[in-house]
Amino acid sequence: MDTMTHAPAITLDEAIAFVWLEADLLDHAEYDEWLSLWADGGLYIVPIEPGVTDFANVLNYAYDDHIMRQKRVARLRNGQSISASPVARTVRSQSRFRLLSGTADGCELRCAQIISEFRRGTLRTYTADVEFNLVRGPRGLRIARKVIRLLNSTEALRGIGYLL
Amino acid sequence: MDMQSASGPALDRLIKSDRARAQLYTDPTIFETEMHKVFENTWVWVAHASELPDPGDFKTAQVGRHPVIVVRDREGVVHVHVNRCRHRAATVCEQRKGKTASFVCPYHGWSYALDGSLRGVPHDKGYDGSLDKSQFPLRSLRVEEYAGLIFATFRTDIEPLHDFLAGARKWIDLFMKQGAGYPVTTLGEHRFRFAGNWKIQMENTTDAYHFPLVHKSFLTALDKQTEESMDVMSKGGFVEDLGNGHSVMVMLPDLIDLEANLDAPIPERFAELAAELAQTHTDLEVRRIVRAVGGSGFNVNLFPNIACSMAFFRVLQPVSVEETEIRHIAIGMLGGPEAANRARLRMHEFFQGPMGFGSPDDAEVWDRVQHGAHGADDVWVMLNRGEASEQVTAEGHIRGEVSAETGMRAAYRQWKRMMEA
Ligand code: FES
Ligand SMILES: [Fe+2]
Repeated sequence: MDTMTHAPAITLDEAIAFVWLEADLLDHAEYDEWLSLWADGGLYIVPIEPGVTDFANVLNYAYDDHIMRQKRVARLRNGQSISASPVARTVRSQSRFRLLSGTADGCELRCAQIISEFRRGTLRTYTADVEFNLVRGPRGLRIARKVIRLLNSTEALRGIGYLL
Repeated sequence: MDMQSASGPALDRLIKSDRARAQLYTDPTIFETEMHKVFENTWVWVAHASELPDPGDFKTAQVGRHPVIVVRDREGVVHVHVNRCRHRAATVCEQRKGKTASFVCPYHGWSYALDGSLRGVPHDKGYDGSLDKSQFPLRSLRVEEYAGLIFATFRTDIEPLHDFLAGARKWIDLFMKQGAGYPVTTLGEHRFRFAGNWKIQMENTTDAYHFPLVHKSFLTALDKQTEESMDVMSKGGFVEDLGNGHSVMVMLPDLIDLEANLDAPIPERFAELAAELAQTHTDLEVRRIVRAVGGSGFNVNLFPNIACSMAFFRVLQPVSVEETEIRHIAIGMLGGPEAANRARLRMHEFFQGPMGFGSPDDAEVWDRVQHGAHGADDVWVMLNRGEASEQVTAEGHIRGEVSAETGMRAAYRQWKRMMEA
């Protein structure tokens, strides 16, 4: 479906720059700009079972559409949640990027992500494979889907009061 | 009741009918004693029948600190075996769940049938014919089931499960109405841990008092109509002591019987689901399913390790004196409309689990209890809320108002009875 035949295909560099922007916005709690990075109907998903693809019909840790993302952001900001007061500080690094597919309109990017979280005197780490489906919109790239596959998703986790 | 019995003077200093010392949360010796006196001497929940629908299906679990395998044999009978090879103790299974024809120990290859009997011993000539396989089955527990809830116990001489559940059976039956006529099935689980004693969690599913405060961020994330419907302190709810440490906390009395009031208006948040279901179901079916999707208005707390809590199962697993694992098991309708089960899954994700809008806040306050419990040994943990206004029901159950600590008092009475035995 190459409707914008004159636009160049999304390159690995372009996709990486976009994903790093997203990561930086989350680590610095710039949530309004983060919310604007999403395509209409975009889904933020943290699955439990490795290898699932039919996310809608199974239990996940998070399965957020735009409304749920807004609620999550509100929860991080309104001070009503004791587990998010204060919100954990995070530093995430992403590497091992690979374009799984790509056209001028969209691409699938996979990468490794390690998040260090610090809150109430404790430093924790979460490691994940992250899969992005990115689409090109009139105002640049947007996220159609982000799937965070935690390495230890089937084990007992601690409360995660921030966005992975 | 012989609370004054001389058998537990040390315990009498630690716990009274309306208060307890924080050592109950912090003392490793008490924890060791509990793992034997409580968890090895009562019915402990291990599985829901839907987790093992077919012969060969199994899951691993724990009874106190004993690792166990829950497995359905070829005849359909459920067994619970200690997950320990009879040769030199290796576990014979490390998978969370699966399907198998037998359990083979990875160390030297002893193999066991699903019923636990020892079938194969490699190179058995080394035993010179002296090894009688019939004497080395996996150690099995006694297993009984009520309404799909499977329990196991090490004790062959305690009362049947049916009697143990006592006044809770009626509430379990009501809870299972959220299948809306379909069998109730598990739909996956959230597992998380907190740094605190297991009894802090045991108290919590019979604690309506914390709901408006700890779950404020969840409540404000709801639409106005749902938020109002969840105003649990003002709905005329109650807590009832059901015997043997069990209790029920009714937060939303309108949702005690999910098959009643089917002509009530469908809440706004379910309008879209109802419209979708209406394409394939009659009006009455739609009302019944939608009402069930919302879940029950109460928690049945079964001592010591499970609660049937509104729309899910809450299972607790003590890890150490200051560490507890919680499972929130999602449930739905087996063979029911996909849209209805999807709605259940999204509701579960919304509140439960490490990324829910509810559980992390619960975990945070439990963690704070554990931290605070290390301060001032001589200060009591108070469990007396609502005691003065308690009444006795026609069935002979003690009943307090919705935020009374009646359920905690019931659980601790059973705890003390078992610790003194
Ligand atoms: S420990 Fe199992 S076969 Fe030796
Ligand atoms: Fe809670």
